[in-house]
Amino acid sequence: MKKTDSNYSRRSFLKVTSLSGGGMMLGISWFASAKPEDSLAELNIEPVWQEVTSFIKIASDNSIKIFSPNPEFGQNVMTSLPMLIAEELDVDWKQVEVEQGNYDPKAFPRQFTGGSQGIRMAWKQLRTVGSAARQMILTAASQAWNLPVTELTTANGMVTHAFSGKSETYGTFATAAAKLPVPKDIVLKGNQSFRLIGTPQKNVVAPKIAQGKPLFGMDYREAGMLIAMTERPPAFGMRLKSFDATAAKKMPGIVDIFPIQVFKDDHKFAGFDTRSFNEVIAVLGKSTWDVMNARKKIKAVWEVAPERKEMGVNNRETTVPSGLESTTKHYAQMLEMSKKPGVIERKDGDPEKAFADAKHVIERTYTAPFLAHNIMEPTNTFAHYVGDKVRFVAPIQIPDWIMPSIVARLGIPKENISIELVRMGGGFGRRAYGHYMIEAALISKQANAPVKLIYSREDDVSAGIYRPSYQLTYRAAFDENKKLIAFHAKGGGVPESPLHANRFPAGAIDNYLAESFVIPSNITIGAFRAPRSNFNAAAEQSFLDEISEYMSKDPIAFRLELLQRAKDNPVGKTNDYDASRYMGVLELVREKSGWGKLENAGKKRGVSAYFCHNSYAAQVIDLQVKGDQVTVELVTTALDCGVVVNPEGAKNMAEGAAIDGIGNALFGQLTLTDGKTDQRNFDTYRMIRHNEAPKKIDVHFVKNEIDPTGLGEPPFPPIFGAMANALYQATGKRFYQQPFQPQLKG
Amino acid sequence: MIKKYSVRINKKVHQVEADENMPLLWVLRDILGMEGTKYGCGVGSCGACTVHLNGNAVRSCQLPISSLTGMEITTIEGLSAKGDHPVQKAWLDVDVAQCGYCQSGQIMSAAALLKSTPNPTEEEIENFMTGNICRCGTYTRIKKAIQLAALKS
Ligand code: FES
Ligand code: FES
Repeated sequence: MKKTDSNYSRRSFLKVTSLSGGGMMLGISWFASAKPEDSLAELNIEPVWQEVTSFIKIASDNSIKIFSPNPEFGQNVMTSLPMLIAEELDVDWKQVEVEQGNYDPKAFPRQFTGGSQGIRMAWKQLRTVGSAARQMILTAASQAWNLPVTELTTANGMVTHAFSGKSETYGTFATAAAKLPVPKDIVLKGNQSFRLIGTPQKNVVAPKIAQGKPLFGMDYREAGMLIAMTERPPAFGMRLKSFDATAAKKMPGIVDIFPIQVFKDDHKFAGFDTRSFNEVIAVLGKSTWDVMNARKKIKAVWEVAPERKEMGVNNRETTVPSGLESTTKHYAQMLEMSKKPGVIERKDGDPEKAFADAKHVIERTYTAPFLAHNIMEPTNTFAHYVGDKVRFVAPIQIPDWIMPSIVARLGIPKENISIELVRMGGGFGRRAYGHYMIEAALISKQANAPVKLIYSREDDVSAGIYRPSYQLTYRAAFDENKKLIAFHAKGGGVPESPLHANRFPAGAIDNYLAESFVIPSNITIGAFRAPRSNFNAAAEQSFLDEISEYMSKDPIAFRLELLQRAKDNPVGKTNDYDASRYMGVLELVREKSGWGKLENAGKKRGVSAYFCHNSYAAQVIDLQVKGDQVTVELVTTALDCGVVVNPEGAKNMAEGAAIDGIGNALFGQLTLTDGKTDQRNFDTYRMIRHNEAPKKIDVHFVKNEIDPTGLGEPPFPPIFGAMANALYQATGKRFYQQPFQPQLKG
Repeated sequence: MIKKYSVRINKKVHQVEADENMPLLWVLRDILGMEGTKYGCGVGSCGACTVHLNGNAVRSCQLPISSLTGMEITTIEGLSAKGDHPVQKAWLDVDVAQCGYCQSGQIMSAAALLKSTPNPTEEEIENFMTGNICRCGTYTRIKKAIQLAALKS
């Protein structure tokens, strides 16, 4: 695993500049090529408040502005990342104004929202930024007062000399501090000295949200802007043959209609270049309503697309099959594949012999459908292409990943591309795929106008980049004493396998086999909150529950037993989890839920635990079932994500993960018939709603001194397993197929 | 057909020229530049576009402009002068929002609920709010905020 600290000490430099109105600004960069003498002016950043992009601005009047580098989609980094800087800067949080930084790799080293890595990667970097600025202010104060720096202290944005009683604001020294060299040795606070980190702080954007301020890409507007939407094939596996837009062009408010090709034929695909259809018809008009109406008048002829090859940036060729695919067929294909030998991903001991010798074998197969992200704010982007420059206002999780593709498609240098990052109405992985930015730029270029490209909800659901459809078959072998002697996992999917061969229970069982298979498909898939884990946890944690029952063991005790084995005497050397931390969350959830306590004896409850994105989560669900109605009374979550920066935001995340997971476990499915999605909007795609949310969610964090690990994703996967296991307690029925709720009928 | 309409929004009369079937949602967003009311589904299934029509919570994506003559419309921009409606204040106290995209609609629904039912039971809250989807899963906080607003107003 990459260590952040070695990263920044070796390659980072801090730069500082004076603001025209007095005050200082401090930024940090991680580029080996950058030299300390690179001034911000050279980076084309005007020393004017509104236009400056860097981490900290301090003005003479002691106003303090902190920029949040990462794109915000509800994970609340706009609060927690600036908290890291403010902690070391020693300012009063109430005095800080937070602003979203725009895309600027020179000013911000990491602008990345995904993989639950935001806080983890920023933990030392951003604190270094804050600490450096504080030390410079101290030095400036020491020079101004002619006092040794060691006699000065800082707190709440003030420098104080206790002995003489002198005390002045940071703003007083900011201009002088800006002229100082950046200190080489930057000291960070010990965790015990934190005043801000670890205290609950409210979302800094909340007041604007509550007033409906135009924060989102969807809300962006400027003079002369046209609305664009795109018309695409009605089914996966189809492509555009021809179209007639004569009638559509005559519709009121319509400006133009033309086809665009998203990626060139010879495009070398990077991992996140996925787009559902490559040739789409762009419709431009004055208002969304005009465009929506005109779309219906386009007479397009679609045809079944032939098999095609896609060349990756790694020069690996992928074959995308031809055909109109259906969910029933996918399930049959997966079942068939599960009966054949797969690709061996890991083998410990002699599983074949153990299974042959077994007194008893339990085999279960778990299946899940595609899931659509259903980001609340549908996909959109503003683009304005002028000359050979393009300006975006974009909701995008990882701008760095789409930049090379924009450059390749438009044939302009990256310096000519600017991206204003806007708040995203949800992401969950969907907005890691920035093809819509290319679409918007191409449309703007051809129309010679600023455009806002909008996907309708129907576009968003039916032309998505889905969580793959998966299957996992588990087998457990037992000896005559019902002792678990071997474990076999075979996982596959359309079109990727969910298997994490080195995850628990690998490492805890002597004879272990993990195999995978894939089924090629033309349905577009991609990252969805805790990729693969979101299915593994459901399957594995249900299976462990079932085998613990066979062994007459308490499900938590059984898991702890396996983990103890993995801790004391692990099988293999490639296990990717820390058994102690795993045990820690199970023990915490056991305690907090009162698991096994007499007073809870009558409760219908299920437990589950999982590790992903460097963190550990365990959950207990208490529920009731009446007919096909499930009432979740309580979710108890235990999380180990190291130091919690903002407990308020962290709890909100974990609560949301529980609700999201319960919703997807009970109702979530994107199914296909002949390439066409059966769900197209929220009237057919079943989302969890208010009355189906848990009555109560308790979130508990393991208290430790470990540097922060992931938070957004880890509490999501295990909830599926807890749901299946609790439903079993309530109904006497095991749930092998997601979503669960339709199986409660009848 | 394009026609002229005068609509009363947030106590102000606006003259708009629009297709008679254009939903209020798009009149607000694309013609009047009031983007607080959000587009989520366009089919009345998500509640992101909730506004008040004569004090009742309605889905603006389902209301053609031609049906609004003589009606009093309130949007999130007009709910309070300074963002200090008891529901908005409770939203901040409970720190409800994640991405925030659904929250204008949630707040407008909640405000309408408390107007007709000042002290709703948990069940009344759940049932009334069922038309408002929150993809981020802030439902338990929304309920808490509504209870708090009821207590304080
Ligand atoms: S946009 Fe009107 S209910 Fe969804
Ligand atoms: S806060 Fe994101 S959809 Fe509700």
